[in-house]
Amino acid sequence: MAGSPAFSQPTGLRAWLLSPEPTSRWQARLGRFYLGWRTFTKNPLAVMGLGIVVLLIVVALFADVLAPYSPVIGGDLRTQRLLPPNETFWLGTDDQARDILSRIIHGSRITLFVVVLVSIIATPIGLLVGTIAGYLGGWVDTVLMRITDIFLAFPRLVLALAFVAALGPGIENAVIAIAITSWPPYARIARAETLMIRNSDFIAAVKLQGASTPRIILGHVIPLCLSSVIVRVTLDMAGIILTAAGLGFLGLGAQPPSPEWGAMVATGRNYLIDQWWVAAMPGLAIFVVSLGFNLLGDGLRDVLDPKAAK
Amino acid sequence: MASSIANGGGGHDALRFYLTKTAQFFLVLATTLLGLVAVTFIIGRVVPIDPVLAIVGDRAPAHVYERARQELGLDLPLIQQFWIYLKKAVTGDFGNSVLTTNPVMTDIANAFPATFELATLGTIIGTIIGIPLGVLAAVKRGTLIDQVVRFLGLAGYSIPIFWLGLMGLLLFYAKLGWVAGPGRIDVTYSYLYTPITGIVLIDTAMQGQWDAFWNAVSHILLPACLLGYFSLAYISRMTRSFMLNELAQEYVIAARVKGLSEMRVIWRHALRNAAVPLVTVIALSYANLLEGSVLTETVFAWPGLGQYITNSLQNADMNAVLGGTLAIGTVFVLLNLVSDLLYRLLDPRTR
Amino acid sequence: MMKPLLEVEDLHVRFHLRTGIVEAVRGVSFQLGRERLGIVGESGSGKSQTGRAILGLTPPPGEVTAKRLAFDGVDLLTASKRTLRTLRGGRISMVMQDPKYSLNPVMTIGEQIIEAYQAHAKASRAEARDKALAMLEAVKMRDPVRVFSLYPHEVSGGMGQRAMIAMMLVTDPDLLIADEPTSALDVTVSMEVLRILDELVAERGMGLVFISHDLKLVSSFCDRVLVMYAGRVVEELEARNLHEAKHPYTQGLMRCLPTLANDVRPLPTLNRDPSWAL
Repeated sequence: MAGSPAFSQPTGLRAWLLSPEPTSRWQARLGRFYLGWRTFTKNPLAVMGLGIVVLLIVVALFADVLAPYSPVIGGDLRTQRLLPPNETFWLGTDDQARDILSRIIHGSRITLFVVVLVSIIATPIGLLVGTIAGYLGGWVDTVLMRITDIFLAFPRLVLALAFVAALGPGIENAVIAIAITSWPPYARIARAETLMIRNSDFIAAVKLQGASTPRIILGHVIPLCLSSVIVRVTLDMAGIILTAAGLGFLGLGAQPPSPEWGAMVATGRNYLIDQWWVAAMPGLAIFVVSLGFNLLGDGLRDVLDPKAAK
Repeated sequence: MASSIANGGGGHDALRFYLTKTAQFFLVLATTLLGLVAVTFIIGRVVPIDPVLAIVGDRAPAHVYERARQELGLDLPLIQQFWIYLKKAVTGDFGNSVLTTNPVMTDIANAFPATFELATLGTIIGTIIGIPLGVLAAVKRGTLIDQVVRFLGLAGYSIPIFWLGLMGLLLFYAKLGWVAGPGRIDVTYSYLYTPITGIVLIDTAMQGQWDAFWNAVSHILLPACLLGYFSLAYISRMTRSFMLNELAQEYVIAARVKGLSEMRVIWRHALRNAAVPLVTVIALSYANLLEGSVLTETVFAWPGLGQYITNSLQNADMNAVLGGTLAIGTVFVLLNLVSDLLYRLLDPRTR
Repeated sequence: MMKPLLEVEDLHVRFHLRTGIVEAVRGVSFQLGRERLGIVGESGSGKSQTGRAILGLTPPPGEVTAKRLAFDGVDLLTASKRTLRTLRGGRISMVMQDPKYSLNPVMTIGEQIIEAYQAHAKASRAEARDKALAMLEAVKMRDPVRVFSLYPHEVSGGMGQRAMIAMMLVTDPDLLIADEPTSALDVTVSMEVLRILDELVAERGMGLVFISHDLKLVSSFCDRVLVMYAGRVVEELEARNLHEAKHPYTQGLMRCLPTLANDVRPLPTLNRDPSWAL
């Protein structure tokens, strides 16, 4: 008998979520999520981080509606070029007489695009390499981990630079380059988790039932490694943004006239001393968004891995 | 008596243990370096630019093209090409730079001291300030200073380094005039000394050119502080975490029981233990600064490895890009090696 | 009886945690001369926190209050940090549970003993070294010179604990608090360590507070026994009158001890009455 009357006394959603005797797996999961959420919201910085990330998503989704001007077509070059922040152009205009605010708003799409795509590419690679190495062990493990270490032996931005140099500049190539340099830490984590799971009884039970190795890895090992890898990916997102912005700054990411924030800072560099806002504003946007991801990742780690939170 | 015999045997075993360890260590080092070369080789082969066309031009007749192709060894099987590439890489031959026409290795050797000078100074600044800050934050956990250190750390993980560099130039160079602008030294001073070590601060000081020295100081101050801040962000955060861990240990209580002053308990007992993992952190932060230097050098027109790579990139000079990448990768690996050795030196348990 | 060495009256140790206040010690009182007092209790009974409160080493969120907490007439609650430091290690010392954790892993044993000595005595390094070696000999180290330069991980648990005793007694303190000094050791080694401790305490005429969960051990080692439960002293008796224990908790503890004479099967387990904790 589940849900004895003694426990359902204080009714309402909260009581249902906190019920010590959940009646379904769903209820248990939601209850756990609620508990995590409560811990999370106690940390004001983490909530701020979540706010920034949500804001980024909203701005990216509704960029067309939110941006007061076009991000690529400038105004009158004689009268509206390099204007300081004012009532019409809140953050000023750049050398092409384009509204910097509108460009930043549209640039949020590129930032989000990079972060999402890199995570989608790098996470599965890391998971596969890590779980296969950890589960199979032996020489497969040695070879895969040596490869991982070799990739870790390059500083991330430098390796991404070399890849972009080979593939040619552009936002897609930047994404591929960053993804190629991002997976090794995920593989390390997935391997460590797999080593712990590998010898557990339930894996032995699945094996006895005759499950094939790919089936065990895909169906049982990967789902269990997923949460810790996801935390790591979240913590990495600020780094991904900064690497992408760095590539953009060096002219190797999104190409003009695309409103990529790093590239915008590079443009502003030419007008640094007299028209500081051209460089300052997009850089500030990069800072705020990466800070958001960092605060969010920190908060998430506190919730999901209380031991690591010092 | 029995114990001394056991010890003798132990000594022999220990020797064998160390030998296997060392052999393993060098094997790993060798494969990693081999891997680095392989990665750059593969990147080099992915390039959509045809290196033959780059030399002979796209109007060259077929036989000229074919001859150039053979001269470059591009008609050989890939594995053989890699073997040649590897042999050259081991001798430090990465071909010539298209941009400077020098051998890439010469360029790298010329650029390296500048990067070394900047990254070293940055790490020193970051360590000297970061460790006390981290210790303070751990000791005064939950207070304002702890929050400040936490925020400084998080900001350091979030600020684009090239942007902070530009803002620093704007404020301290253009507006306040406290420091000199981009570059390593003003042209007027650059003829006053002869480069020996390639490290301007040391060269000028050794030759007693103090005006030139102070000019160089005013040039390096801002980029070094910038890199120092990023190193500080990382080091203080890790120091705090290690110290919190150590301060909760029983031996810290034992030290207090002995009646030692709190200063001695913190700095001599707890920090001495935290120093063991901290060495790795400092080495890692040094390595990260090599990465940061790519962007910083671009902003500050600092003639180091980072600027060399980015300049070559913009001119599609692949030999130079790959050589520079390999050089930074190698330094990265060596730094890890050094941190490993230092770890063993500092922790008696691993000896 | 002379003026007591240690006076504890109505000692409270509270921890203000996010989830509320936890009171680890609730009104403990006792006095101690140059004698051996045992404090017995299960884990969480507040016996260790009582020892740490005397040394002023209650960990951060903790708060100590008492009507009186005095050592040799010095009020420990109002004493300056400096006074406390001269008392700590100099006149009151503590041997802790596990030498694996309580010795600093990156300092040699000799270095740690010297440090304890030099914190309280104006002595040159050579003098301190001689004193440390003498102390290592006093705890029956077979080869003091060798042990002196070893790191804690290089010695066995028993040797480590003897080094700990040497370190804590090198300043000739008047009072020693031994907090479960043998529970991390093997039985045979633990007997040896106890014998050494016993000898040194007797030789130097120190007061001893011996904290343990082992009633039998405490009663054989000490003159007087305090039995603690849930932060309170539930019973105080002379060790030799242990069988006259009145409190049901003490009686329960006694009954759980297997003896050769009466083979009781199964051994009775403790029934904890919630009213004891009130």
